[in-house]
Amino acid sequence: MRYQLIGVNHKSASLEVRERLAIPESRLPDCCRDLTAHPGIEEGMIISTCNRVEVVTHTSNGSADLRGFLHDHFHLTAEELDAHLYEFREKDAVRHVFRVASSLDSMVVGEAQILGQVKEAYATARAVGSVRGQLDQLFTRAFAVAKRVRSETAVGSSSVSIASVAVELAKKIFGTLQGKNVFIVGAGKMSELAARHLMAHGCASIFVANRTYDRAIGLAQKFNGQAIKFEDLYNSCDRADIVITSTGAPHAIFRREHGEQFLARRKNRPMFFIDIAVPRDVSPEMAKLDGIFAYDIDDLQQAVSSHVADRRKEAELAEAIITSEVERFEARLHTLDVVPTIVSLQDHLETIRQAEIDRVRGRMGALTPEQEMAVEALTRGIINKVMHTPITTLKTAAREAEATTVIDVVRRLFNLRDKDKESVAPDPNKNEVGTRH
Amino acid sequence: MALLWLRFALACYFIGLIYAFFALTRTSDLFSRIALHAASMGMIFHFVSLVELFLSGHVVWASVHNGESLLAFFSMTFFMIIYAVYKTTSPGVVVFPIVFFLTFVAAVDEQPVLLTSFVQHKGWLIAHIILIFTGYAALVLSFGASLLYLLQERRLKAKKPSSLISFLPALEVIDQIGYRSLLLGFPFMTLGLITGSIVAMSTYGHIDFADPKILLSVLMWVVYMVMVFTRWNSGWRGRRAAVLATFAFVAAIVAWAANYFSAIHRFAAS
Repeated sequence: MRYQLIGVNHKSASLEVRERLAIPESRLPDCCRDLTAHPGIEEGMIISTCNRVEVVTHTSNGSADLRGFLHDHFHLTAEELDAHLYEFREKDAVRHVFRVASSLDSMVVGEAQILGQVKEAYATARAVGSVRGQLDQLFTRAFAVAKRVRSETAVGSSSVSIASVAVELAKKIFGTLQGKNVFIVGAGKMSELAARHLMAHGCASIFVANRTYDRAIGLAQKFNGQAIKFEDLYNSCDRADIVITSTGAPHAIFRREHGEQFLARRKNRPMFFIDIAVPRDVSPEMAKLDGIFAYDIDDLQQAVSSHVADRRKEAELAEAIITSEVERFEARLHTLDVVPTIVSLQDHLETIRQAEIDRVRGRMGALTPEQEMAVEALTRGIINKVMHTPITTLKTAAREAEATTVIDVVRRLFNLRDKDKESVAPDPNKNEVGTRH
Repeated sequence: MALLWLRFALACYFIGLIYAFFALTRTSDLFSRIALHAASMGMIFHFVSLVELFLSGHVVWASVHNGESLLAFFSMTFFMIIYAVYKTTSPGVVVFPIVFFLTFVAAVDEQPVLLTSFVQHKGWLIAHIILIFTGYAALVLSFGASLLYLLQERRLKAKKPSSLISFLPALEVIDQIGYRSLLLGFPFMTLGLITGSIVAMSTYGHIDFADPKILLSVLMWVVYMVMVFTRWNSGWRGRRAAVLATFAFVAAIVAWAANYFSAIHRFAAS
């Protein structure tokens, strides 16, 4: 396992730094090629999103100069970049990849987008051939871990901000938001944000009413919506399924009679009021009507905070899953590791060689230094030549799924099993894995 | 044999019944999957049981118990259709207990009472049975949906944070399930009553409106029509729709129970 990872994310680097490192999609394939051309890097891929740039590699010796790659590639000096970078190796790199894919490292923990982005990066790198056996294994596992985290914890089930809580509530009422209409009463930053979220989830059109008509027009233009004169509010409000209201009015502007009127015109189809005004715009009397669902700022706030608490608990659960998965992955890699086999194979042959030389010495008496050297060179040469193909095969096999089979065959052919067990025995963990396979 | 298969089906539905009780208090993906598989298994056994009945040659569906079995099967079919379209098992909360009860009643009796053989138009009779049971099954589903609607509406109104994470589908989805079941069931129910009248006419020569079965059936149909009309005309849903649905459902049960004391809609040979 010689994974190495370097990167910046929303926690380690400001937006300005991330912007300079961000790699546009079109340049990603070339970038992956450059990466694998860098000395010491066998496989590599790059995840570049608005919140992070991560370079994940498998290296020949476990200590490739990834910082150097970033400096060269982005023409940045060490001072500019290094303070923002984090670097992980081996197990820690695996853990980081798992956490990123499972959205535990995201700005909004649990958001679903990141997994898709990682999958795209993986597909791109695979297409140019910069991801092969080792990274392939790592990411295939990472996707499975992400799926597991998603299905076994509630990390992904709820999103955090007020706007997205509003969207979730709207979905609880309407199912899909496709084709639903949104009415903004009182143009403000917060209602604009909520509207943006709702539109992103498929809402069809937006109406805006504001005391100052010009501001209504301005906001409506942003969404390709329609500005409504404030006087016409009660006559047109029933066209909306979702009403976001945030006027500065000192009294409720939606009262029970308005609600009844809307429902009658809508044939009782439900309406969702997101009331972010203080004091409230929707009277409690109106909120009691069947078919009117009104959430004020406190209700929304409460939903948000309960989400955060829930989510912290769930994130802990998810971290535990990741830890166990990292261990599993590591254990599996150990069995796939060909190095011990190669070493014991070499040891085995060296023992034979020494024994044979000793036998010759015994039969022929002392050799002259020249003879000694010739025998030494001859025997070594034979062994090296003979071993060349098996060792290369083992090394290639290590990158493929058949590794275990090949290792097994080699061990059996050369009767390496017992020796290996001796050397492995002191480590109970390893032994358990060894016997399982 | 048919009875044996039916009992297997009953065992499977029992799992669904347990699910129905648990689903009200907690959400479990695993459990709803188990319930779904159990229900599918149950339907297979149930289907085998019905096919065997059919192959036995008589119109034995028209016995009380086999009728209940058929109704249970249709209800499950509706449930599965809804699952296929909306990917939700939550109507099971209401449907599973009803199906279990119907299957249970059908499965305990060794000797189902057969329909009197004096009915002359067997084709009309079969049509009547199938149509009316499809109507009943739709009514069961829409009754279930209207209860779920109430539940979900209350959760949303309570504004408890937990209401966000609930096993119920969205309010409008529940509403659609209910409304579509209702719309679909209405023509079946209507045609079922018409074919029933035809059978009665051809058997007795007249229709006795004072007979409890006929009276209750007509009453149920009227409530059903009122439901469809209020929904279509003024979009009644939620509490008012639930009251109507309950009323229609009770009327349906009473109309069914009337089989046991109606003079003309009897199953027992007399």
